[in-house]
Amino acid sequence: MEETGGGASPAAVELRGITKRFGPVVATDSVDFVVHPGEVHALVGENGAGKSTLMSVLAGLYRPDAGLLLLGGVPTVFRSPADAMARGIGMVYQHFMLVEPFTVAENVLLGLPGGLRLETAAVEGELAELGERYGLAVNPRAAVWTLSVGEQQRVEILRLLHRGARVLVLDEPTAVLTPQETAGLLRTLRGLAADGFAVVFISHKLDEVLAVADRITILRRGRTVAATTPAETDRRTLARLMVGRELAAFVERPAAEPRPEHTFGAPLLEIRGLHVAGDNRLPALAGVDLRLRAGETLGIAGVAGNGQRELAEAVTGLRPVAAGSILIDGEETTGLEPGALARLGVAHVPEDRLATGLVPGLDLADNAVLRAYDRPPFSQGPFLVPGAIAGFADRLIAENEVRAPGRTAKLGTLSGGNQQKLLLGRELAGEPSLIVAVHPTRGVDVAATETIHRRLREQRARGAATLLISEDLDELLALADRIAVLFEGKIVGTVFANKADIEHLGLLMAGLRGRTEAGRAPGAVPSGG
Amino acid sequence: MAPSRAAAATVPLVSLALALAFGGLLILAAGENPLAVYRAMLAGALGDANGLAETLVKTTPLLLAGLGVAVAFRMRLWNIGAEGQLYLGAIAAAGTALFVLPGAPALVLVPAMIVAGLLGGAAWGLIPGALRAFLGANEIITSLMLNYVAILFAEWLVHGPWRDPQAFGFPGTPTFPAAAWLPRWGTTRVHLGLLFGLIAALLLWGVLRRTRWGYQIAVIGESPRAAHYAGLPTKRTILTVMAVSGALAGLAGMSEVAGIGHQLQRSFSPGYGYTAIIVAWVGRLHPLGIVVVAFGLAALLVGGDQIQLSMGLPAAIGPMLQGVILFFLLGGDALARYRLAWGPPRARPAAAATSPVPEARSPIASGGEGAGG
Repeated sequence: MEETGGGASPAAVELRGITKRFGPVVATDSVDFVVHPGEVHALVGENGAGKSTLMSVLAGLYRPDAGLLLLGGVPTVFRSPADAMARGIGMVYQHFMLVEPFTVAENVLLGLPGGLRLETAAVEGELAELGERYGLAVNPRAAVWTLSVGEQQRVEILRLLHRGARVLVLDEPTAVLTPQETAGLLRTLRGLAADGFAVVFISHKLDEVLAVADRITILRRGRTVAATTPAETDRRTLARLMVGRELAAFVERPAAEPRPEHTFGAPLLEIRGLHVAGDNRLPALAGVDLRLRAGETLGIAGVAGNGQRELAEAVTGLRPVAAGSILIDGEETTGLEPGALARLGVAHVPEDRLATGLVPGLDLADNAVLRAYDRPPFSQGPFLVPGAIAGFADRLIAENEVRAPGRTAKLGTLSGGNQQKLLLGRELAGEPSLIVAVHPTRGVDVAATETIHRRLREQRARGAATLLISEDLDELLALADRIAVLFEGKIVGTVFANKADIEHLGLLMAGLRGRTEAGRAPGAVPSGG
Repeated sequence: MAPSRAAAATVPLVSLALALAFGGLLILAAGENPLAVYRAMLAGALGDANGLAETLVKTTPLLLAGLGVAVAFRMRLWNIGAEGQLYLGAIAAAGTALFVLPGAPALVLVPAMIVAGLLGGAAWGLIPGALRAFLGANEIITSLMLNYVAILFAEWLVHGPWRDPQAFGFPGTPTFPAAAWLPRWGTTRVHLGLLFGLIAALLLWGVLRRTRWGYQIAVIGESPRAAHYAGLPTKRTILTVMAVSGALAGLAGMSEVAGIGHQLQRSFSPGYGYTAIIVAWVGRLHPLGIVVVAFGLAALLVGGDQIQLSMGLPAAIGPMLQGVILFFLLGGDALARYRLAWGPPRARPAAAATSPVPEARSPIASGGEGAGG
């Protein structure tokens, strides 16, 4: 757009007319992007809008098909991410690039040039100093695996600072943080900007963008649609610019609207004293009791790694139960295979949709019948019925607004949001009585989030019980009737969503308040809602 | 990243041309005119009715065993044991012809031998299958090891209990009764086994596309985790796939002894079960692709034999070219997917994020030798 001049100081980095194609797909179409020292520049847009591609060009991972990258005003070509890093551009990816058994200092040392001797002590001192200065305190001698997600993220930032990065790119950094940690990170970013760093902040969360950014660039379908500042805009405008249309549910914060009175049905899921081991064989769930009624949505809040994944996998049969029992509709289902549970009416939207819930190498039609391929009408005896499968796949694609070239497209070629819409549509097609949804909208764009939330509300109205596990409090508040907080494998508190207080939930998630706190809901839900 | 459609079509052709050019250099180094050698090979393998017939004879076991290998590979089950499964099929068929139904008419005996060959190969394939399904044992190792067991078992039979007493100590079983001989086409050695192979290819093509079993193979092969999530019977499918894989190789062995040797001889297979791995891989694990590639590699083998006779060159030229072609085809595949980058190794932080699907690793390196025996 026309904002090449920007601020008073010369640009730290300027991307000019960047075009990047992947085969026939134009990921970014002559996009301009400038970030100045001393500012936080937010980059917002739906999934597939081109944010990641643009930043991958900036970080040296992709070479653009057209356009210029100017570093301090000089046209530059990065040959690799290491090359970009060497010239002061560092990126914090959504998935951390840390070696877990190593200490913080060792992770920072990793890949630094130098002799055989590790200058650990010197680095530890430097890290402590940097951490102090920017509110990134973390023990340099701690092994990374012992750190919380928020602390690991600090290590990533510290590493970039230690390497001398002047431009910091953070890809959806708050997706894994508690509200308190998020507030801390935003303060850190402001502090870095005040010290002359250039910060690029990629996020879906418009409140955060408005709170932290100096300038905001909005991408839609590979093009810059607007460049603005928080003072000139608001949530509603930003959301409209991102998706190109009004989003009623998203903008009006459904949590605030009165929920229709609802009579819950019989207890559908009952979990008693559940103990489950994690991948490391340590206890991941240590005595969880939960009760969920038909027509009710129970949200599970918590910071990643507090047992959410194990809870979902135990209920859906993917993970063995060490002790305790799970009853669905009054029947003991502990230890049943995932297929058997699916036939009992349990739908599962898994945490890692591409590795667990879908088969990226197969086409949409094959993925559409993953749960029901072996039953009529999709098979007759040993044979598949291609006509029935094609018809079902087409219906799923149309009804769930999956944007795809057609049912014969490989699933892996779809964007995350479209994959998730197909997955959710498939899971809900059998009118399940229990839905286990884990991070259903993580990494999914705003429009797809709206669709997914609408589908989940329809299921609640239909009378399905939903166990909704999410790290996004807004999502839980928008969808859940009650919210239980998991911390270190235990439920540390349960609150009614319409009476919930974000601050209080955040403290529960951080393990700072016990289960005796006021405001929690009683274990059993009063009949009548 | 997957290569484009145009690249998928042209890369193998370019690879083949480069392979022939490189092979030509090697022939040149051996002091011969590459063009003359290629012309002689082509003429020998395809130039007349006799050569063509011999090529079809060698196509038969490569096709059947290649289909067997492909079924397993589609599920990422690396069955390297086609050679052993082929031997067991031959042993079972020979036993049926010599000892179980020696006096039966052809209409009874041939079907019985087919069933015996299928079952023999299936049983041999089920051993690594069961070890993998129930104990998690690596099927590459177990199926490869069982090859030696099967070959030595056949060796023992033809030297010991099954040896023809009238053969003056020459190892081999007695000749099968004529009812056990597969019908041949005219005066050539082309036999009914070729039809088995073509029927098996068509059947397999349909089965993989149109049955629940084929769907299970595709899903389990692409994503074992998703298969578990969806409640697919993974263990059962490992067993059935290894049984079918072995059965097809077993049928290859049966058709060799019943169609060509008319007896069980020691080392009657010049490594068909290993070459079948190349056939399956170069044929992209597609039944119809495998038909084409089996014919092509058979022509290469026959052409190599022919230049030995007509030009006095070592027959090893055939297998050598086979190796060179495979090398260039795999290289072409790799180059179509990746870009060469010179210089020091670099961190690729986003590689995990951009390609979530792990590429299947080719087991060719461990099983590509022994093609020409």
